[in-house]
Amino acid sequence: MTLAAAGHGTLAAAAPQGFLSPTGVEIAFVLVGLVTLGAAVVTVTTRQLVHAALWLVVALGGLAVEYLLLTAEFIAWVQVLIYVGSVVVLLLFGLMLTRAPIGRSPDADSGNRPVALAVALAAAGALVWVVADAFRTQWIDLDKPQGTTDVTGSILFRHWVLPFEALSVLLLAALVGAIVLSRRNAARSDRDGAPGGRTGAGDSDKEQR
Amino acid sequence: MHLAYPAVLAVLLFCVGLYGVLARRNAILVLMSVELMLNAVNLNLVAFDVWLRDALHAGQALTLFTIAIAAAEIGIGLAIVLAVYRNRGTSAVDDLRDTAELPDDGGDGDGGTDSEGAAADEPDEPGKPDGPAAGKASQKAEATA
Repeated sequence: MTLAAAGHGTLAAAAPQGFLSPTGVEIAFVLVGLVTLGAAVVTVTTRQLVHAALWLVVALGGLAVEYLLLTAEFIAWVQVLIYVGSVVVLLLFGLMLTRAPIGRSPDADSGNRPVALAVALAAAGALVWVVADAFRTQWIDLDKPQGTTDVTGSILFRHWVLPFEALSVLLLAALVGAIVLSRRNAARSDRDGAPGGRTGAGDSDKEQR
Repeated sequence: MHLAYPAVLAVLLFCVGLYGVLARRNAILVLMSVELMLNAVNLNLVAFDVWLRDALHAGQALTLFTIAIAAAEIGIGLAIVLAVYRNRGTSAVDDLRDTAELPDDGGDGDGGTDSEGAAADEPDEPGKPDGPAAGKASQKAEATA
């Protein structure tokens, strides 16, 4: 409450724009936001699985543009590199490895789709109402950039070093976990597939030890 | 910029992701929807970091951490989905009902003991219900023991 009051006091005084006189940044933000939101909706509603992954690229790229408009340039490039570059490629590999159908698959949505739609619409209505009512009088001052690469790097390696190192350990653990999950299943399918399964199993067990 | 624009966009993206998680059947599409929800959180973090002019840049640092954790999550999630696909031949999340208590099960002695026996035979791979697979599972349990 005090934080909001303080923020209101300083920022509303610093940025006295009207609600119905949008600046150019606001217009660009809303247009890119509409594209992002439309791509996200197509991602969760399309019946072609590969198209869903490709529309996800559009949504994540649109979010990178939003980060640029919010003057967080380092986050924007990290978003492009990691999400658009690696996560979507991983998802496409997953779709290929699970032999997802190329064309339209009629069973892309499960049976509880109306319930999901009701829950999502109720959540959207409640949250939009609360958020729009709470931040109706707040403005972001975009005149001096907040997230240049220089500042982000120095803050990250000066104040956030310990979480950064813990995160690297977590990434290593995730890497090892993914390898272990894939490797054990490779040995198991080899055992299942080969007719002389017992000897193959013994060999692979010896190899693992 | 008005603060309500990024906040409302984040809320709408989160709800689109929520719909996708609840309504999709393929596990990889569920993972995509989870990515959308995480990105909505990231947008909130960046917007509020810029709004509050945080001296520690906590919002942007947490956004970087969230992106890295999402990458780890998608790697592990896809490995699990591939393992399930290799064992079951499907990646539909509503076919994986081995631990579900079905209301129309009736006697429920059969299904209960079957899944329990399979789980006791091999805890890593629960519930191939048919007979030869269960026998093979116990063989594999012996081989790995």
